[in-house]
Amino acid sequence: MLKLFNKIRKTGVITEDVPEGRDPAFEEVGEQLRAKVGEIFSGSLAIREVDAGSCNGCELEANALNNSWYSIERFGIHFVASPRHADLLLVTGPVSRHMEAALRRTWDATPNPKLVLAMGDCAADGGEFGVSYASCGGVSSIIPVDGVIRGCPPTPMSLMKAILALVEKRTDND
Amino acid sequence: MSAYDWLPDFLDRLKADNVLLEDDSITALAKVPMLILEAEDWGRAAAQAQAFGLRWMGGWADQLDEAFHVSACLAHQHEVLVLRAMLSLEIPVLPSHTPWYPGADHMERHTQDMYGVLFSDHPDPRRWTRHHAWGENEYPLRSDFPLAGTRPGPMPTDHNYRYLKAQGAGVYEIPVGPVHAGIIEPGHFRFQAVGEQVLNLEIRLGYVHKGIEKIAVGRDAPGLARLAARISGDSTVAHGWAACMAMEQAAAVQVPERASYLRAIMAERERIANHLGDIGAICNDVAFAFAQYQFSRLRESWQRVSQQVFGHRFMMDCVVPGGVASDVDGAGLELLRSGLEPLRAELVELMAILDDNPSLEDRLATTGFLSAAIAAKFGATGYVGKASGQDIDARRDMRYAPYDRLEVVVPTSQNGDVQARMHIRSQEVFASLDLLTQLLRDIPAGEIRSDWRTASEVEGIAVIDGWRGEIMTYVRFDADDRIARFMPRDPSWFTWPALEQLIHDNIVPDFPVCNKSVNGSYSGHDL
Repeated sequence: MLKLFNKIRKTGVITEDVPEGRDPAFEEVGEQLRAKVGEIFSGSLAIREVDAGSCNGCELEANALNNSWYSIERFGIHFVASPRHADLLLVTGPVSRHMEAALRRTWDATPNPKLVLAMGDCAADGGEFGVSYASCGGVSSIIPVDGVIRGCPPTPMSLMKAILALVEKRTDND
Repeated sequence: MSAYDWLPDFLDRLKADNVLLEDDSITALAKVPMLILEAEDWGRAAAQAQAFGLRWMGGWADQLDEAFHVSACLAHQHEVLVLRAMLSLEIPVLPSHTPWYPGADHMERHTQDMYGVLFSDHPDPRRWTRHHAWGENEYPLRSDFPLAGTRPGPMPTDHNYRYLKAQGAGVYEIPVGPVHAGIIEPGHFRFQAVGEQVLNLEIRLGYVHKGIEKIAVGRDAPGLARLAARISGDSTVAHGWAACMAMEQAAAVQVPERASYLRAIMAERERIANHLGDIGAICNDVAFAFAQYQFSRLRESWQRVSQQVFGHRFMMDCVVPGGVASDVDGAGLELLRSGLEPLRAELVELMAILDDNPSLEDRLATTGFLSAAIAAKFGATGYVGKASGQDIDARRDMRYAPYDRLEVVVPTSQNGDVQARMHIRSQEVFASLDLLTQLLRDIPAGEIRSDWRTASEVEGIAVIDGWRGEIMTYVRFDADDRIARFMPRDPSWFTWPALEQLIHDNIVPDFPVCNKSVNGSYSGHDL
């Protein structure tokens, strides 16, 4: 047990205290995001991630936002287990025809007002998989989309920026 | 031992069982021996192969002019054999391999859904990959099926699939998915349980089927490599490498030595990144968050170096036909080298903490036990197979470059539980660090890419070991250097059914950790 505590002590808080671990650009986006989330979502933005046909690349990068380098929860953003708890749906993949109904239902289950962010080249327009007997193409072909972040896959940093842009757009519209 | 010295014995067995073999029955697919069989002998050949101890590595179909060609790939230790039967388009029926090789179940049903080839004595005639995107008597991989499909309009849910039912006092059912609680891929799990105990689990996949085999048709070699890199995002190097190796075999393209070293460096980095992530996630599923923080931290640092050196956090599109996309200069190699020892030191320290933790052991040891017999029956490879005594690793066994000049250490265990699958991962990380040390020390100078040679009506087959396990990929080129058939067989085809087995008699709350310990690819399986 002592070894465990020792390791925690030695590692430190890499998101805050270790200078070489900090990415000033990321911190800046994060702080802007925290301010907006505070303003519009009472300090807490809940995201439900939906893989609608992805290769799992986007999932890995969405997951990375939870690691201690990014630690996105400190900006008031957390991933939730149910669409019923979500403010924002983060949708990846070309929408496979076999996920089409599940995606519609997930969208229906998300309370209004809701935001949809299409993550990755496939979610934007079908990407490498295009439109076929098995693929509907981009997410906007199935549900209304508020923002698109391209990339294969988008990096955690660009995903953060896209979430910020989407939240800002929402303020502009209000 | 000379090459294929077991093959005459096997042929004698087939002949003794009245499997028709003529002089022209024995041919070759690229460098692999291939037996052309009568369709009616297909099942008996499998029975003999199973009795002879051959391992079933995958099956697929193809449509050529006037016939369906059904193929299966088998392995005898480190050597591969292909069986093939030709069927008329009018009556595409042949016996099944599933009675002899349970791992063939889903692949045969996939072939049935995609081509309308019927495996007459298959024990489970239900559809598999097909939900509702195409009709019962339509087959997407047949050449007359339009790429755009035939069913416009909104898709219904897959509500009328016939799941196994359980009845009795106190038996209840838990349907989970396709949309899961975590940030993971979609699939449906149907549990029958009594109290907390799982009586049966049935896994339903196909949700992320996106027509990979169909949209591969007509691509050129670089186009196929791009597609292969997106079969399963976590295995982008592995699937990219397998597809390129199959194409290179078909076209007889030699990969420069330096390129094969760079491919292996990327593949080992991919293995390490995924294993680090998985070890943390397994611990997180039993609420040991410390490990999740530590291992996801290591994974992130590791990926940042990949970004710096290879220009992509997952090294996507870095493997290209004939070699690799770009070279790594001396500074890049030095950066890669400098990361090895620090990671090893951290891992030594962290694994000691994990091994010291009684509550972790309490949750992981004996949980999700998979016997060696069942692992072999389904053909499980990778950490799932290795943790259950399956000493299989293509890097060592198939001796492909550059592993043919390296010593590949393959950890195995007989314990077969979640803890063993976690330990195999950490042992593989140490082994990969050793390999990286050798690769980065010995990497030769030279070209990184050979010119592509036009391939015309040739086939290729490649077997490599990805981080998740063995990948077997088949390609066929048409007359114009375009892909006519592409079949990447991810190891998940054989570990998903293993998951259904290893969850028996475990408690429902242990399913997430059991699932994570197997970590099958949905996308790599659904295609």
